Amino acid sequence: MQDFGSSFALAFRLVLSGDADLIEIVLLSLRVSLSAAALACAIGLPLGALIAVARFRGREALIVVLNALMGLPPVVVGLVVYLQLSRAGPLGFLGLLYTPTAMILAQTILIAPIVAALSRQVLQDMHGEYDEQFRSLALTRGRAVRALLWDARFALVTVALAGFGRAVAEVGAVIIVGGNIDHLTRVMTTAIALETSQGDLSMALALGIVLMVLALGVNAVVQTVQLSAARRSHG
Amino acid sequence: MAEPPLLPLTLRGVRLSRGGADRLHGVDLDLAPGGCTVVMGPNGAGKSLLLKVLHGLETPGAGRIDWNGQAPGPAVTRRQAMVFQAPVLLRRSVAANLDFVLPRHAQARRDDLLAHVGLSDKAATPARRLSGGEQQRLALARALATEPEILFLDEPTASLDPAACLQIERLVLKARAAGTRIVFVTHNAGQARRLADDVVFLHRGRVVEHSPAARFFPTPATQAAKDHIEGRIVLSH
Repeated sequence: MQDFGSSFALAFRLVLSGDADLIEIVLLSLRVSLSAAALACAIGLPLGALIAVARFRGREALIVVLNALMGLPPVVVGLVVYLQLSRAGPLGFLGLLYTPTAMILAQTILIAPIVAALSRQVLQDMHGEYDEQFRSLALTRGRAVRALLWDARFALVTVALAGFGRAVAEVGAVIIVGGNIDHLTRVMTTAIALETSQGDLSMALALGIVLMVLALGVNAVVQTVQLSAARRSHG
Repeated sequence: MAEPPLLPLTLRGVRLSRGGADRLHGVDLDLAPGGCTVVMGPNGAGKSLLLKVLHGLETPGAGRIDWNGQAPGPAVTRRQAMVFQAPVLLRRSVAANLDFVLPRHAQARRDDLLAHVGLSDKAATPARRLSGGEQQRLALARALATEPEILFLDEPTASLDPAACLQIERLVLKARAAGTRIVFVTHNAGQARRLADDVVFLHRGRVVEHSPAARFFPTPATQAAKDHIEGRIVLSH
């Protein structure tokens, strides 16, 4: 087993040389997690907005459930999606198991509640401020929701990036439904788990470095967006 | 076919409770077309609640509201506008706040409104960066952009300096002159004298006086109104 020093050196060499395997894994990770984040936003933002604005029976219970779903265990999500997509499952005919699509599906299920719950909180606070004015203008609910989504855009970008951050760092669900197949479904987190178990720390560390850089990058983007909003006083 | 005008308005026995307490106790009120009605009264008298009931933002627990034969509802609210004490502006530019209520491609109308309220040079400024007086003028411009038949103003100058206050009053008087019916809440007797054609005096959730301004100020009919006009503290409870 390599010592940590040489593993770090090798890892940096892999990153700087643009190792083909490494790039393939990073690109697949980004494709899967960005797609999942986009789908989760498409589902979670309108859902969060609707719950923020609408008043209906069972709303409080729905909010409790939604908040609880933020802590969904990835392996449980992976298992449920696996059972649906396996050959004996109801969606087995689609042949999606062990494909990037299955991984996107699992990550979407995992992070859509996060996007919905966080956006609900953001939009509910803003709706409390706007509600009387919107009623004074006799806006339709759809128009009010669109206005809220637009005015909360900077906060919602943060929500979306939080969802992406959770997706890209997730391992339990994607390893179950993706199978960690080389050149097909191997992403950063599953590759790190595999390389570490095989004692190939250099590749694991290289991927870890990229993952950390991505995490830092996400935080930097969030910070920049928030600062920009504050500078323009839209926040 | 043109819609019938919203006025005259008739309120009979309007009651409203909030937090377990009666806030409006059987309000009777008649509003005729034209002019500026100032609603006065001590703090807690129910002035803002009455305005919200008239604008359809609060639903009374009892009583009858008749807008020239029409019941309150979104169709009536849409033909009115309201300016709140604390303006609620969208997190957008000044121009975009007006665009929000104007039809598409109404740039000329938007520019006219900005000029009307003296904010032409602030069109691209984020609305929440404006001063308090400018924010209230923008709120007023947004209300006027909807071309309301009736404009409700709930103490719009309460937190403004005298110069900003005067600008708002001038704009309100211009709107009245242009034919918009004004209903203006204030606890400031001086402001009421400058604006009112008639005065509604509320006390403890009831309309205790409704008379022309020319009669109300020199000869108020109730002791509470007399005390209020003369600046003495009137308790609502």
